[in-house]
Amino acid sequence: MQTEKPEYVDFAVTARKYKTLLTKKYQNRRVWVNPSAFEIQSFIPGTILQIFVKEGDVVKEGSPLLILEAMKMQNRIEMPFTARIKKINVEVGVRIPKETLMIELEEV
Amino acid sequence: MTLKKNILALRQKKAIVEKGGGDKAIEKQVAMGKMTARDRILALLDTNSFHEYDLFVEHEEQNFGMASKELPGDGVITGTGTINGAPICIYAQDFTVMGGSLGLKHARKITKIMDHALKMKVPCIGINDSGGARIQEGIGALAGYGEIFYRNTMASGVIPQISVILGPCAGGAVYSPALTDFVFVVENISKMFITGPNVIETVLGEKISQEDLGGARVHAEITGNAHFYALSEMECIEQIKELVALIPHSNQQKAASVAPKEPKSKKNIENIIPADPKQPYDVRDVILALSDDSKFLEVHELWAANIVIGFGRLNGETVGFVANQPLYLAGVLDCDASDKAARFIRYCDAFNIPIITLEDMPGYLPGVDQEHAGVIRHGAKMLYSYSEATVPKITVILRKAYGGGYIAMNSRHLGADFMFAWPGAEIAVMGPEGAANIIFRKEIMEAEDEDAMREQKVQEYIEKFANPYVAASKGYIDAVIEPQETRELLLHALEVSKNKDDYRPAKKHGVPPF
Repeated sequence: MQTEKPEYVDFAVTARKYKTLLTKKYQNRRVWVNPSAFEIQSFIPGTILQIFVKEGDVVKEGSPLLILEAMKMQNRIEMPFTARIKKINVEVGVRIPKETLMIELEEV
Repeated sequence: MTLKKNILALRQKKAIVEKGGGDKAIEKQVAMGKMTARDRILALLDTNSFHEYDLFVEHEEQNFGMASKELPGDGVITGTGTINGAPICIYAQDFTVMGGSLGLKHARKITKIMDHALKMKVPCIGINDSGGARIQEGIGALAGYGEIFYRNTMASGVIPQISVILGPCAGGAVYSPALTDFVFVVENISKMFITGPNVIETVLGEKISQEDLGGARVHAEITGNAHFYALSEMECIEQIKELVALIPHSNQQKAASVAPKEPKSKKNIENIIPADPKQPYDVRDVILALSDDSKFLEVHELWAANIVIGFGRLNGETVGFVANQPLYLAGVLDCDASDKAARFIRYCDAFNIPIITLEDMPGYLPGVDQEHAGVIRHGAKMLYSYSEATVPKITVILRKAYGGGYIAMNSRHLGADFMFAWPGAEIAVMGPEGAANIIFRKEIMEAEDEDAMREQKVQEYIEKFANPYVAASKGYIDAVIEPQETRELLLHALEVSKNKDDYRPAKKHGVPPF
């Protein structure tokens, strides 16, 4: 596992930095991004069955945005709060991975 | 004359079944770079020691054209034999017979040999090479898997269970290995997943190769499903032999003793560890300097490399080592490291193997990913398993022992029998910089030169608290020792602990934070 000449990096644990190597898993870890309320992301990978809104629409809280079919279940994605549809990044029939940005919102 | 005829008939019958799927299928198996099931068993066991049972078992499925299908041995070879003279039970799925698919009779052959192993108190080794459930047998195949899982669980902690993945092992089949103690994988040959690339692509649209999804390296390095990783089947077989020689063959026995040997590591133990607590080193060098003949069989070498676990011998007797590894991630505890160590500690405890803990760690790994991955729940497993263990538990603090990590790494407070510390050990609530920042916050803020004051306070803290003597003055450390004395003291502590008897309240079982 150890390479010929290890390239140690500075690694902070609390107030001190240690010289050490990083594991592959640590290097590939996902860095936390604060989710934006204005971004509707897919919570599960699946297929877009239906889209009920179009860009520019002002949609009321609780109204359906689209149907995301995943694991044989049709999930109705609803508007989290009243806002305008700024951009729709998906189309009917496309298969999308988890955490795909489907719809972007903006304040009315 | 009749007997002779009968004997000849038996030999003929055996020869046919022993060929498994026949020449063509065997050719295909070899072309995939794989040994046949029978050759694998013969390579692993002592010469002429293998005895096969249930050779003539046949499936009973009538549907989907199965009535006319003959499946030699129903796709699995079962039997008993010896490894370096020690008796074991073994089964090997035969991929040349209908892809080694698991039907009810196939499973019943496996459960029969597992029952045998549990009764006879010998290790059970399973070689997996199977396309999965035999779909034609429907829920019969599911019943078969379930009956295997049940026995895996019953045998857990009583006899060692070893899974060797030498081919595909997919769907429900993966859960038998997952329930066993040690999983061996081989590069390019082992494939383990719940749902394969085809299903994942159809359902989710994610494209991935079998190797990237659940190949040997993935399970050895990323998921931690595999404990031992080899580049070839023969290397894998040697690893299994090495492990079988080191572990007790049931929870009522102890591992075979061998003649004690002094470590042959040429490295001076005092020179391995840099005095500066920020500098890394390979803790495996310390283990090699302590263990008999400088031999150490590392478990989970590639996964969670920030903690090292494995077996060695001290004075000829098997011990389990658990050591922080400053070479990777500064030796922090994180989710995976806690998981890895906790299960190993429970294994050692179940099989009466004393645990030697070598400590040099700066604390838990900070980060949103860690917190959200459940470092609280995973970290708690270490506290649980150390506290619960009744085998001899000995800790040597090599350098840093800060905060929660100090408690978790088999501290006195969790029931350590012997606590030793090297003279350079720092046993403290946290690193000096962090502690000084909190304790002397006011002085530092009010000083004209904040940095100078901070540095002064850090130095004060180091002098007063970053040493083993505060803990020793409270009896939390039994002895501050010179590095050169470590092996002698470990041998002595083990000698003294030989008849250890530790009280635990009666219970059905605890509820560890799985």
